[in-house]
Order: sequence, then structure tokens, then C-alpha cells
Amino acid sequence: MEAASFAAGRVRRASALAWVRGLLSSYGLYVALLALPLVYGINDLQHAHNLTRLGQNLVNGLSNGAIWALVALGYTLVYGIIELINFAHGDVFMIGSFASFAFWTTLGLTVATSVLGLVGGLLVTLVVSMIACGALNVMIERVAYRPLRNAPKLAPLITAVGFSFILQNVGELWLGPAQHNVSDLIHAQQKVFSISGVVVNRSDLLALAVTAPLVILLTTFIARSRLGKAMRATAQDPEAARLMGINVDTTISAAFALGGMMAGAGGLIYALYQTNIWFFQGFRAGLFAFTAAVMGGIGNLRGAVAGGLIIGCVQQISDNRFGSQWTEAIVFGYLILVMVFKPQGLFGEQTREAG
Amino acid sequence: MDLSMLGALTRPLREIVANKWFNRIAVPVVIGFAIVFPLFFVGASPFINNTVQALVYVVMALGLNVVVGFAGLLDLGYVAFYAMGSYAIGWFGSEFLYPVNHQKGVHFLVSRLPGSLPGVHINFFIVIVIAAALAAAAGAVIGLPTLRLRGDYIAIVTLAFGEIIGNIAANGDQLHFGQYTLTAGRQGITPVDVPNLPGVGDFSPLNNRPWYYVALALVLIVLFCNVRLRDSRLGRAWIALREDEVAAASMGVPIVRTKLLAYATGAAFGGMAGVLLSSYTNTVNADSFNFSFSIFVLAMVILGGLGSIWGVVLGALALSYFNTYGIPDVLGPFLKNFGLDVTQLGFGIFGFVLVLMMVLRPQGLLPERRRKLEMTQGIGADESLVEVNA
Repeated sequence: MEAASFAAGRVRRASALAWVRGLLSSYGLYVALLALPLVYGINDLQHAHNLTRLGQNLVNGLSNGAIWALVALGYTLVYGIIELINFAHGDVFMIGSFASFAFWTTLGLTVATSVLGLVGGLLVTLVVSMIACGALNVMIERVAYRPLRNAPKLAPLITAVGFSFILQNVGELWLGPAQHNVSDLIHAQQKVFSISGVVVNRSDLLALAVTAPLVILLTTFIARSRLGKAMRATAQDPEAARLMGINVDTTISAAFALGGMMAGAGGLIYALYQTNIWFFQGFRAGLFAFTAAVMGGIGNLRGAVAGGLIIGCVQQISDNRFGSQWTEAIVFGYLILVMVFKPQGLFGEQTREAG
Repeated sequence: MDLSMLGALTRPLREIVANKWFNRIAVPVVIGFAIVFPLFFVGASPFINNTVQALVYVVMALGLNVVVGFAGLLDLGYVAFYAMGSYAIGWFGSEFLYPVNHQKGVHFLVSRLPGSLPGVHINFFIVIVIAAALAAAAGAVIGLPTLRLRGDYIAIVTLAFGEIIGNIAANGDQLHFGQYTLTAGRQGITPVDVPNLPGVGDFSPLNNRPWYYVALALVLIVLFCNVRLRDSRLGRAWIALREDEVAAASMGVPIVRTKLLAYATGAAFGGMAGVLLSSYTNTVNADSFNFSFSIFVLAMVILGGLGSIWGVVLGALALSYFNTYGIPDVLGPFLKNFGLDVTQLGFGIFGFVLVLMMVLRPQGLLPERRRKLEMTQGIGADESLVEVNA
């Protein structure tokens, strides 16, 4: 009798603890994520009596996040299929920026080019950059990951880091170790319109205008096409997919190609958006994008896009309020919070079904 | 073909290392040689200089080997512990905290020269102990969020921590605590106190020999700890954890404590090495705490053979000498034929070596037998990344 009630008390206490833990693990991350905009929103309301500054942060954050979203898609595609963190992916993105810059210089695009010429030229540049990065990513997979398909996970991770270093060195030889200013083709900082003080620049529109169609195309491709179906099948179970007659190697190559293409598009936008490219930009971009992919639930395409936008906003708020030198620490702090509270990601439940 | 050739080349080596007579005869001979050979070089010899750095890397690689090799927890943020060690000597063995005690300084068991300077000056060997404790605490803190995670996710969390620590080190001059700042930022802390050990000689840039013996002593201590740990109850728990976490837990291995002890032990060695390296280079440089340093140390562990103590020593020496001699002196003239400047290629060559190493010989130069079985037969290979609480 007494033993039973004692046991019941223990169970209740344990369940109360479990309840708190459950609450923390299901809502802790949301609280942490909403803390930044909420705190600064209240702060702005108190001091400036409006939300213009926060709104500006969010607009810039969303457009910046669109670039991270494109890079994050590459991580999530590859990770969803072969469970490999493609460390070289950020540097493929960097090569995308460099290739875009080199190509539009070859085309002869300058600030003085007519609007029609600029639009056409940049569209060609986009296609070239996407193809170049897709091909580069496939090549890396062939050389560095495929021979290690059956090795323990550590091995391809190390070759990925190795390729990351090689690509960084290529970038350093290409344009030198210093940051390289590129011509501001689209007048990135020119105002297009503003809503109650929140300015939307050309760069913001460009980022969203390129990212949105690409993301829709990619998700439709994965959801509808035969190859997309094969990718989802391979992600679920490579062995079973092979038994069903799917060429797993081709499918994996296709995932790398698509991921590389997204990174190439991201690279072009980044060059036009920041008008400043650097051989080391890929390292930071890669880690931010990986954080985005994990936040959205790795393997989940829509999650990666959402994660990218969230990381973009976090980055802008931190750049604007704490100073950009602290941004890395803050974004990586969020990465750790995601890992602690919700390692399966914000939208992780869909992962198994959605591939 | 390349693979089998490499294997054939190193097979006799592996058999020799496995032989018990090797340990009884070769180890004293190697240690004796290590003690005697600097006497044949002049005090300021650049070779001894590079060897001191190589020995510091041996200490770091042995520390990382505890985490990655023994316990199988992939740590990509090892540079954090180097930073902790560096700042331990920066805080407690330089003029950095000059306002302390009305600018008269605090001194404890130091020689006459730093004994008259402002700032905190504690004896180098005590700072090593402090650094080990600080780094071990940091290691346990970094380990905490990874407890539920596996594989690549652990790698990412540790990488994130390493980057955060590097970021704080580089911007710590903006974090004020009264009249103190946390770090000196990118400006760095220099000069840094040198060891005070009467009877060994003068610790100066012109005389590397005393440095060499301190580094060698540290290597020997860490080697001894590593061997004893590997054969201890804790070491077997680490290996059990690496091979199959669920099975280890059901056999009564306390997972949390074992994992945290692995992080803390590895971190402590890294912190000790950090003190020595910063004191030797006479500076605490916030820009050196970057990701590539972590990878450099990890590559040493992998090149030698994960979990294999002698392999890791070999790997650390090999990569360190490759960095100081192989790249400029051997590859430099070769690449010059193609019109390439080797000083701009250090990164790329290193990346190329990483890829080559993994594709040709993923198990390392002197693989540990048990680890090799895991590598080739896929023991402990299937694992999910996240332990979902059902």
C-alpha cells in the first residue's frame, strides 16, 4: 500500500519532469527563435514607436536568406540521399560566384549596358553558372565520394573537407587572397518601393525573383518527375531502390547535379547582391546554409527553404544590432540550440515521407 | 593496385609494432634517441625548432585520438581547446591583465624577469595544470549537447563550438569586465612567459634545446596516460561505446559519464599543448584558432590510424614535417616546373593529401587491429544520427 503510493508519487514526479522536458524540447527552439525579433520589436516600439527598423531587418533577412536557402537545398538533397555532409558545397557556391563574375565580364556586361542586354546577359550567366556548378559537384562526387561509398562515414567527410580546401585554393589563385569588388550591375542598393519606411531594394527583389521560381521548379521536379521519384526512393532505402531497378549511382549523381545548380544560382545572386566576392565566402555560407538545412529538418526541401529564410533573418538582426563580427557566433549558437532541442528539425516529421 | 602495394609496404611494420618485444626494446631505444639527438644540433637549429612544433602536434593528436579514435566521437572543433590553453597562458602568464593589483602584478613561482612585470604571472607548469582543467571543463560543456546525437551531427556541433570560441577569441576585446577585457582580440597577446626551470638552460628563441625537452616530457607524459587509459576500464568502455552504443549501455557502461570523460580527457591534452605552443611562439594569436587547425590535427590522427597510439604519433610527426619540409622543399621545386608558387598552394596541397589519403588508405598508416575490422567489415557502421526519445 505504502510502497504503491510511493511508487505513484515517483511516477508523478518523473512525469512532471518529463512534461517540462517535453515542453522544452517541443517549444524551446521556437522560443529561442522568436526571442530575437520579439525583444527587438518591443525595444523598437519603446524607443522609436514604430517597427520600421525591425521590418527592414526582416526584409533584408528574407532576401539574404533566399541565398542561404538555395545553398541549403544542395545540402539537404545530398544529405537526404547519402547521409553525407558535403563540406565542399559552400565552396561550390563560391566557385559559382567566381564563375558568374568571370562569365559576365567575358560577355562584356557593365554598369552601362542597356536593361534588355543586362537581363538577357544575366540570364545566360545564370544558366552557365548553374551548369558549371552542377558539373563541378558531380565531378566531386565521382572523385571523392563514390570510391568511399562503403567506407565508414568518417572517410567521405574528410575527403569533403579536402575538396573544400582544394576549391578554396582554386578561388585564391583565381582572384587573389583579398576580397574582390565586382561591378554593381543591377544597382543593388537602389530603392524600388517602400512600405511605411521599410525600403525594398533591387537586390532584395532580385534574390526573391530568382529563388522563388527555382525552388518551385525543384520541388515540382522532385515530386513529379521519374528521376525525382527515384531520388525519394533512394533516400528511403538505397538497397530496396536498387532491387526495384533504380540506378542508384545515377540518382545520386543527379542529386549532386541539382544541388550544385542551386548553389550556382545562389553564387550569381550573391555576387550581384553583395557586389563583393571572396575565396573564403563559401566556408561561412556553407555553415550558415547547413544550419538552415538542419533547422528545416535535413532531407526536407521546404524545410531547407524555410530554414534559410530564418537564418537570413537571424543574421540580419544580429548584423544590425550586435555588429557583424558576432553574427557567426550567434548563428552557430542557434545551430547548437537546434541540435539540443530538435535535432530532427522544425519540419522534421515530414522527412521520411517527403524524402 | 596502389592500395595493395601500400599495404604490403606497411605490413612488416605493423607486425613489428604488434610484437611485444617491440615495446620492451624499441620504445626505450626510441625514447633514448629522442633524448640524445638534439645534442648533435646547435641550440638555434631550425630543425629542432620544427621538431618542437611537431612534438606539440603529437600531444594534440594524442588528445584528439582519445575523442575520435577511442570513443569514436568525431570532433571537428578541437581548436577550441588549443584556444583555451593559449588563453590560460595569456591570462596567467603575460602582462595582459596589467591593471591587476594596482599594476604591480601578481607573481607566483616565477623567475626574476617576469617577477617584476605587471599582470598575472604564474609558473608555467602550474599554468599547464590550470589549462588542462579549463579545457577539460570546456570539453565537457561542448560534449553535453552532443550526448543525444551521433556521427555527423556530433561533428557539426563540435565544429560550431570551435567556430564560436574562435569568434569570441577574435572579438573578445569588445567584451569588457570592469577594466579588463576577455581577450586581446586580433591584436593578440605578446610577449608570453616562458617556462622557469632551473638547470635546463635558458628558454629563448636562440636556444631551442630546453623547449625541446619540455615538449618531449609532455609527449611522454601524454603517451603514458594514453597507453594506460586505453588499457583501463574507461578505455574499454570507450571502445565498447564506439562499436555499439546500445550494446555498451545494456552491458552497464554509463554512457553519459563515459562520453563526457572522453571529451574532457582529449580536451585537457589539447589545452596543455596550447600552453606550450603559445609560450614557444611567444604569442596568443586569435587568428590561428580556425577550422583548418582542427582539420590539420584530425588529419594527423587519421593518417596515423584512428585509435592506434603509435600510429597517431607517426602521423603527427609525418604531417608536421611534411608541412615544414615536404611542401616547401620537396613539392616547391617540383611545382615550380609548372609555373606554380608553392606558398600560394599550401591549402590545396593539404586538401589533395586528405583526399588521396582517404581514397588510398582510409585506415591509416598503422591501423589498430580492432578499428581496422570495424572499417573493413562494417561493425558499428549502421547508426541513425539522432536518438529520438520515444
